Amino acid sequence: MKIKGLVLAISWIVAIISQVGAQEESFFDGLGLDVHGFIDTRSGTRVEHDSNEKDAILGEVRLQTDIIKADDWGTIELRADFLYDGVAYHRDLDLEGTESPIDLREANILFSPFSFMDVKLGRQILTWGTGDLLFINDLFPKDWQSFFIGRDEEYLKAPSDAFFISLFPAFANIDIAYTPRFDPDRYVRGERLSLWNPMLGRRTGRGDVIHVREPNTWFDDDETAIRISRNFRGYELALYGYYGFWKSPMGMASDTNRAIFPRLISYGGSVRSPFLKGLFNMEVGRYVSTDDRHGDNPFIPNSEMRFLVGYERELARDFTAKFQYYQELMEDYSSYRESLPAGQKSRDEDRHLFTMRLTKLAMNQNLILCLFTYYSPSDQDSYVRSLIKYKVSDALGVMAGANIFAGKNKYTFFGQFEKNSNVYGAIRYSY
Amino acid sequence: MAGKIWGLCLGLLVGYATVSVSSAMENPDADDIIAKANDVAYYAGRDGRSDVMMTIKDARGGKRIRKFTILRLNVHNKDQKFYVYFKDPADVRKMAYLVWKHVGKDDDRWLWLPALNLVKRIAPGDKRTSFVGSDFFYEDVSGRGIYEDIHELIETTDTRYVIKNIPKDPSSVEFSYYNVWIDRDTFLPRKAEYYDKNGKLYRRVAATKVQIIQGYPTVIEAIASDIAAGSSTTNVFSNIKYDIGLKERIFSERFLRRPPREVTR
Repeated sequence: MKIKGLVLAISWIVAIISQVGAQEESFFDGLGLDVHGFIDTRSGTRVEHDSNEKDAILGEVRLQTDIIKADDWGTIELRADFLYDGVAYHRDLDLEGTESPIDLREANILFSPFSFMDVKLGRQILTWGTGDLLFINDLFPKDWQSFFIGRDEEYLKAPSDAFFISLFPAFANIDIAYTPRFDPDRYVRGERLSLWNPMLGRRTGRGDVIHVREPNTWFDDDETAIRISRNFRGYELALYGYYGFWKSPMGMASDTNRAIFPRLISYGGSVRSPFLKGLFNMEVGRYVSTDDRHGDNPFIPNSEMRFLVGYERELARDFTAKFQYYQELMEDYSSYRESLPAGQKSRDEDRHLFTMRLTKLAMNQNLILCLFTYYSPSDQDSYVRSLIKYKVSDALGVMAGANIFAGKNKYTFFGQFEKNSNVYGAIRYSY
Repeated sequence: MAGKIWGLCLGLLVGYATVSVSSAMENPDADDIIAKANDVAYYAGRDGRSDVMMTIKDARGGKRIRKFTILRLNVHNKDQKFYVYFKDPADVRKMAYLVWKHVGKDDDRWLWLPALNLVKRIAPGDKRTSFVGSDFFYEDVSGRGIYEDIHELIETTDTRYVIKNIPKDPSSVEFSYYNVWIDRDTFLPRKAEYYDKNGKLYRRVAATKVQIIQGYPTVIEAIASDIAAGSSTTNVFSNIKYDIGLKERIFSERFLRRPPREVTR
């Protein structure tokens, strides 16, 4: 098997790197560069056969290199993954793709033109908001495919090519993220994970990969996101705004058979603070689907409100739990129902979702056990992510995990992925 | 209260001729000794920085190493701010930990995750939890509140004060009491021994090497031993500087995203 050969090759590379390790560091130090990274090899398989896909869901070797040059005037960072993806169909170089042999994670420059301003320019990972694996005001691109197939949780966030400007006047922090060309999510298309196809009324996969039309004109198809935040005696308050597009192809072009990204404006706020020995957070947002203001266009998603409340607390030594309640409320629901094409499955007006995260550390914090569950009583589906991670040494870690989807129906958000439930194992060597 | 003030004034007059300010208290109270020791151990200077190399040895002889730089700033009312920047091992590199310590209340804590560009807020937790997997507790790093225990001076030697500390809320801690040995001339705590609910010694934290840096008595090596588990952690402090003029604004989210050169160098 190709994977075995690769694992052997990687073990050789790891052995060589660990020998060269000490000498390498001083060489890079001399150039004023900080070079670190990891080699990660992981393999995963579906737990039940999916007629639309291969049984292997994950089989890859990834070498990440992170090069930083920090100086008084600023910092330059280049972080890239060199990926051999044994399961992928296409291995074309694609800097926006999830299976490309080079995944450029960061390529940016960070500097402070004024004492009250920081600027980060280039490819970078952007995150804000208070949710735990739930996003309301974080409209930065997500890689759902990597998230579901067993890659490290950090790969849920896809990089943005943006100007990130932070201003620090006395009354608040203002962050502005300007993305000159739309950065969509790395969404599920069918070639690796099967999903519900509303047009065909069934689950599809490799045979019927979704075709999309992405807005990709520089500066015309741009996105702007803003956050104004303030820490007021331990209460973190923030207001958010976004002007751009729905991040996943939520719409259909009525003339062709392509999925599209309709325009989106959103605004919202959040608060996070300590509460009774724990941490409380609340977030709210309104998504305005500007191409379908009245909710009667069956090919464009309706506007919706989203709400989230969460609480995290240490239950025992080295054992923490976090609970969240999340709700999506569709606007103009009656218009949606009236314009729904015959035969298409209807969404609920109100989607409720609970999440629970349990984290336990043991063996001097070298063993980490993690369980994250999404459960929707309204959709009647669930998604469980579990992970066991053991740090064999300071450099070497081994992991095993599972992604299990279950649902009463095939057309709900998690239920549609039921056939993609998988288990995986990984080894990572950090240098 | 008035009696204490008179007693203190008397002590000050008697000790006026002596050279060292710290010997001004001729008949020290256990509470006074603990308060002074707390200041010497955790509040030296207006601010400070130190590189730390932490070696964790488990019962089987396995070794793990953590390297980080810590910045500390005293703010109003005995509150403090800490910035911890990790350099080793590779998987925690560039992570930073920000703490706003509030005396008498829970601390505010944040963790910077560079791969996600995310400032994650951490729920207030048990302060007697291991700090980054070592035998030092979070409370050893940030300081145990002096009002949490009843202090009793049990012995005075030529060089040390020995104070027994009994928790006011025994259910909140795993020890029944602990003894601290404090230097008579510098008021630096040199050793602490913890006794479990059965009265057995199960843990020891010792300042094994001390140096005077910029006039402040400073611990440059400390060892925490979990006698029950057979593991120990050694912290070696280097590159220590006090009163470097740290600005309060660097203990904020902005500087988690952009680590100040006081930590990266």
